[in-house]
Amino acid sequence: MAPHDLRRPFKRPAISDQQRRRELSLQRQSQNRRDAQQQARCLASSVLSLQSQYPDPVPELEIEPESQPQQEAGPLTKDLDIRQASKLRGPEVRKWFASQLMLPEWMIDVPDRLSHDWYVFARPAGKRCMVVSSNGTTVSRERNGSILHHFPSALPSGARTKDPSGSAQSYCILDCIFHELDQTYYVIDMVCWRGYSLYDCTAEFRFFWLNSKLAETGACDAPSHYHKFRFSTVPVYDCDQRGLYSAYIESVPYAKDGLLFYNKHAHYQTGNTPLALVWKDEKCSQYVIDTDSKGQVLSQQQIIGAKPELRQLVVLELQEDGKLSTSDDPPVIFGCLDGEFIQKSGLQSGSLLKFAIGNGGLSFVDGKLEKSDLNYLGKSNRARMFADSYSKVIFQYMVRHTPLKFDDLLASVSPSDDEENKPCDVEMVD
Amino acid sequence: MAMEITQFLLAAQSADANIRNEAEANLRQLQQQNLPGFLLSLSVELVNNEKPTESRRLAGIMLKNSLDAKDATTKEDLAKQWLAIDISYKSQVKDLLLRTLASPVPEARHTSAQVIAKIASIEIPQKQWPELIRSLLNNMTQQDSLAALKQATLETLGYVCEEISHQDLVQDEVNAVLTAVVQGMNLAEHSAEVRLAATRALYNALDFALTNFQNEMERNYIMKVVCETAKSKEVEIRQAAFECLVSIASTYYEVLEPYMQTLFELTSNAVKGDEEAVALQAVEFWSSICDEEIELQEFENPETGDSDSPNYHFIEKARSSLVPMLLETLLKQEEDQDQDDSIWNISMAGGTCLGLVARTVGDEVVPLVMPFVEANIVKSDWRCREAATYAFGSVLEGPTIDKLAPLVHAGFDFLLNAMRDENNHVKDTTAWTLSRIFELLHCPATGFSVISPENLQRILTVLLESIKDAPNVAEKVCGAIYYLAQGYEDAGPSSSLLSPYLTSIIAELLRAADRTDVGGSKLRSAAYETLNEVVRCSNITETSQIIAELLPAIMGRLGQTLELQIVSSDDREKQGDLQASLCGVLQVIIQKFSSTDATKSFILQTADQIMVLFLRVFACRSSTVHEEAMLAIGALAYATGPEFAKYMPEFYQYLQMGLQNSEEYQVCAITVGVVGDVCRALDDKVLPFCDGIMSLLLNALSNSQLNRSVKPPILSCFGDIALAIGVHFEKYVPHALQMMQEAAKACAQLDMEDEELIDYGNQLRSSIFEAYSGILQGFKSARAEVMMPYAQHLLQFIELIFKDNHRDENVTKAAVAVMGDLADALGPNTKLLFKDSSFCNDFMSECLRSDDEQLKETAGWTQGMINRVLVS
Repeated sequence: MAPHDLRRPFKRPAISDQQRRRELSLQRQSQNRRDAQQQARCLASSVLSLQSQYPDPVPELEIEPESQPQQEAGPLTKDLDIRQASKLRGPEVRKWFASQLMLPEWMIDVPDRLSHDWYVFARPAGKRCMVVSSNGTTVSRERNGSILHHFPSALPSGARTKDPSGSAQSYCILDCIFHELDQTYYVIDMVCWRGYSLYDCTAEFRFFWLNSKLAETGACDAPSHYHKFRFSTVPVYDCDQRGLYSAYIESVPYAKDGLLFYNKHAHYQTGNTPLALVWKDEKCSQYVIDTDSKGQVLSQQQIIGAKPELRQLVVLELQEDGKLSTSDDPPVIFGCLDGEFIQKSGLQSGSLLKFAIGNGGLSFVDGKLEKSDLNYLGKSNRARMFADSYSKVIFQYMVRHTPLKFDDLLASVSPSDDEENKPCDVEMVD
Repeated sequence: MAMEITQFLLAAQSADANIRNEAEANLRQLQQQNLPGFLLSLSVELVNNEKPTESRRLAGIMLKNSLDAKDATTKEDLAKQWLAIDISYKSQVKDLLLRTLASPVPEARHTSAQVIAKIASIEIPQKQWPELIRSLLNNMTQQDSLAALKQATLETLGYVCEEISHQDLVQDEVNAVLTAVVQGMNLAEHSAEVRLAATRALYNALDFALTNFQNEMERNYIMKVVCETAKSKEVEIRQAAFECLVSIASTYYEVLEPYMQTLFELTSNAVKGDEEAVALQAVEFWSSICDEEIELQEFENPETGDSDSPNYHFIEKARSSLVPMLLETLLKQEEDQDQDDSIWNISMAGGTCLGLVARTVGDEVVPLVMPFVEANIVKSDWRCREAATYAFGSVLEGPTIDKLAPLVHAGFDFLLNAMRDENNHVKDTTAWTLSRIFELLHCPATGFSVISPENLQRILTVLLESIKDAPNVAEKVCGAIYYLAQGYEDAGPSSSLLSPYLTSIIAELLRAADRTDVGGSKLRSAAYETLNEVVRCSNITETSQIIAELLPAIMGRLGQTLELQIVSSDDREKQGDLQASLCGVLQVIIQKFSSTDATKSFILQTADQIMVLFLRVFACRSSTVHEEAMLAIGALAYATGPEFAKYMPEFYQYLQMGLQNSEEYQVCAITVGVVGDVCRALDDKVLPFCDGIMSLLLNALSNSQLNRSVKPPILSCFGDIALAIGVHFEKYVPHALQMMQEAAKACAQLDMEDEELIDYGNQLRSSIFEAYSGILQGFKSARAEVMMPYAQHLLQFIELIFKDNHRDENVTKAAVAVMGDLADALGPNTKLLFKDSSFCNDFMSECLRSDDEQLKETAGWTQGMINRVLVS
């Protein structure tokens, strides 16, 4: 019924700016919604605690290669994602990053079904770090949160290049070891890829994803202007005899620092986990006896002990009731200080104290720690944030007295022993 | 029984508000107490020639409003209401209306024709008024029918045909109706009054005549009569006949070929010699043909030229005669056409059509137009110079850059000089032509631009000088700057070229916006819109300091609008418009600054003052919220993040108001979007406001009056809220999930023939999935089991959509993501569900095969989540 309107836009742009603004707002909002949901997808499973009751540590002077940070239980105060965390400063950032990596326990006995349920690979010697690529840059941070490198990389969102899929959310988090000699980041685990969380995925899936995705990006290519360091995967084997043997013996482009064992079904769990294990002997690591960050055997050990290589230091946490505990959850008690001594020395609960294991050593009953001969040396270096873990103390003790040998491992995965898969305490003859 | 309501109907139109209100209340009461009796009374009023025209007019309007409404839901309710009325009342009403068609009062006949068509639109599809067509046709064949009755009957037939589909009648009836209409156009038998009514009826019945247009003989007959009518001696009838031709051009393009020779002659005579009203329709005929062929080209297969419908290339074939004809019209400008928005004349229509021809035939138009341009551009008559410039500007869209580049390069300097022409029209059109050049031939990002670092300075000198010219010229200059800036958006290193000039561009745009001599022109809004584009496209790292200085300047202006003295509603409207422009600029600045970490601080430092201004802008109005301020606040919430919490106590009332504004649905939609921004900014700090927000959102969703386009964003917003407040969403779950399930059901009932509805359905689906994703993620760590009862329904819905071939990419992405969320949040509980959902595998492999990296990644992640559940 309406009469036909002849008028057409004349000498006028067809788009109204208001409409344009509305559309741009809508675009921004739906992008933000996608980002928020994506972020929840990525990080809901890595709810992280950030608590401020820790004493403020001073910058770290001494970093032990495998010191054991502890993930604090208790109410979660704040959820952060890795990009927010990177804006943290000072001690906060170190606490945050210290709790982000999955930390293997030391192998003090051989787990069941090693050949069925586990992977093994040779751990590259170097600095364990978390590599985050996002917003056109890549940052690697050591366990203490300090920045190792800040560089462009071929990882998704890792450099300011035109990446067709380069949304701000397309970030990656890789668990790496930086190998000084060939200036290469060896990726030992994949935590997030292109914004997708792999926290809740099994190691099997993560390693599959790692091996299929990393090379696609060009991250394994030789360094170039937009790709400052090479990344590399490490050969991962099923932990059967052949695999174990290959990991132990076969030459790799990097210096080995022990063997890592990953349970295939385990998710990426931050902090200590018995589902990842580290094992070392002199053949595959130059750092079997715990050393300082320069690889020197700790100096105090040399001074005090008659047989330096056998002296062992442990760091334990003083509890309120005077007990000395490890960093494990629940903690393992190694001994007790009497109240008078504590008062006299001005020690407070929560302090980290350094002890030497005396000639009495550690004694076990039914595989449980019964007694330990501890000699108080003093407060630990203030940079230390956590006590030693039980497995570390025991492994170091065993190394000095009754080491778990490679042959033991090999025997435990021998086909004949397949059904049992018990740790073997009979030494095989070569 | 009919009531005597004349007094009420007259009083309801009284100048005295008290009398008017009372009468309206009385009428409403009558309507509510006894609708059938009331409608009958209205028809009795309408049919009675003794009654005053005023009361009959209102009676007709009220009848119409009881049967029809713009809003689809209300319309449906009214139809049901009518159908429910007792048949004896309905028959009486219909009878009275048909009798009114014979009234000597034209207005009563006209109203009655409209009301009959409304009833027909309700009843005929239900086969409830079978005798209508017969009795209307009877009016036409009765020898003794008066011309007035025939005129009204034809008008009624036209309206009825417009309301119903030809499928609602048997073909014999359709034929009879069209025969009656076309015969009504017959010169020998009928008076001018009847022929005009018949021609207009045919116009309304063209869609209805689908079957007849497919039959060659009938089509020939209709076309012959229309073409004859287009030569009637009465100008109104010629105009109506040309209107039919325009409509036929777009409705029946595919059958036009045999008539094109005749139609070309007919239209070309009209353009050259007929009255302007007719000539305008004749030009419009060609514009419509262009529209059709442009659309056909868009759907053509570029390789083979194939498409579903044939393209007859009428424009290409007619171009050598058509283009000169259109060029001639360009010389018929009116003196003040650039100052007055309401003017539409033959030169404007001709110029517009020429632009469409260029888009239709591309390069071939250039040699036909350039001689005209070259011959006229230097003449002393301003009309020649303006026409030449307009012709040049018209052909810039369509031909290839290769064809145009040498011409534009050659003429560019000339155009810049023409900005100093003595004639206002020439300058207006020159500025417009420059803006077209910048729009179409200035794209550094892809490598071609007429602007070089060498000539940029001269261009800007000319533009910034001309922006001080007359308001109409200045407005076009703003357009030129707009496109000049736009070309540098995302242009890499080239975007730096404009940076050194930014300060002076901004200063001149602000000065233009402040001009008081603008009269009716849109200079002010054009200046602010251009400012927005300049800011949006600027190179942020180089210009952040300049934009940081602009921010307080705009805030100051917005502050001044609050001091304006408001005495009339006109003042209020002007204040609102100015605030809209300024809030728009602020929004753009906020968004620009929050795009980089380095510049975000500019906003954070001033967020308090900005927010105070917005709140004061809101306070200027009592019943509505200011749409632009709302839009800007969304951007501010995004920029400030959790800090936004401190504004919430004050802002919340406006958020409520916006969510309740179902009439201005854009406002409601924008407010819903802002709720999402606020949720993301505040996270769980939004909790205290959620009860209120959720109840308003739920209300809005169930409000059938609210424009449907707002509903998908509301569903997505559930997800935003759930993600922000996590487990606290639990209490809303029963309501929200019910709405989501109903929406899912509604998707299945949409008409999948209608493209708009397909789009809408896809939006709805994406939003439902986004809502599920947000809720699942929100509950994941603590109360995921709450969602367990809904898991199966969700999977079934996804399956349904997986099998739907109308599903678009966004829906696919959202569906895949929500599957992953379901597996992720509910874990092993969903093992059986996923085991039973065999479609998942097919869906996953479809997605994993996609070329879309993002979709592949999402699918890979989801696959991982599902596998984890399946092996658990």
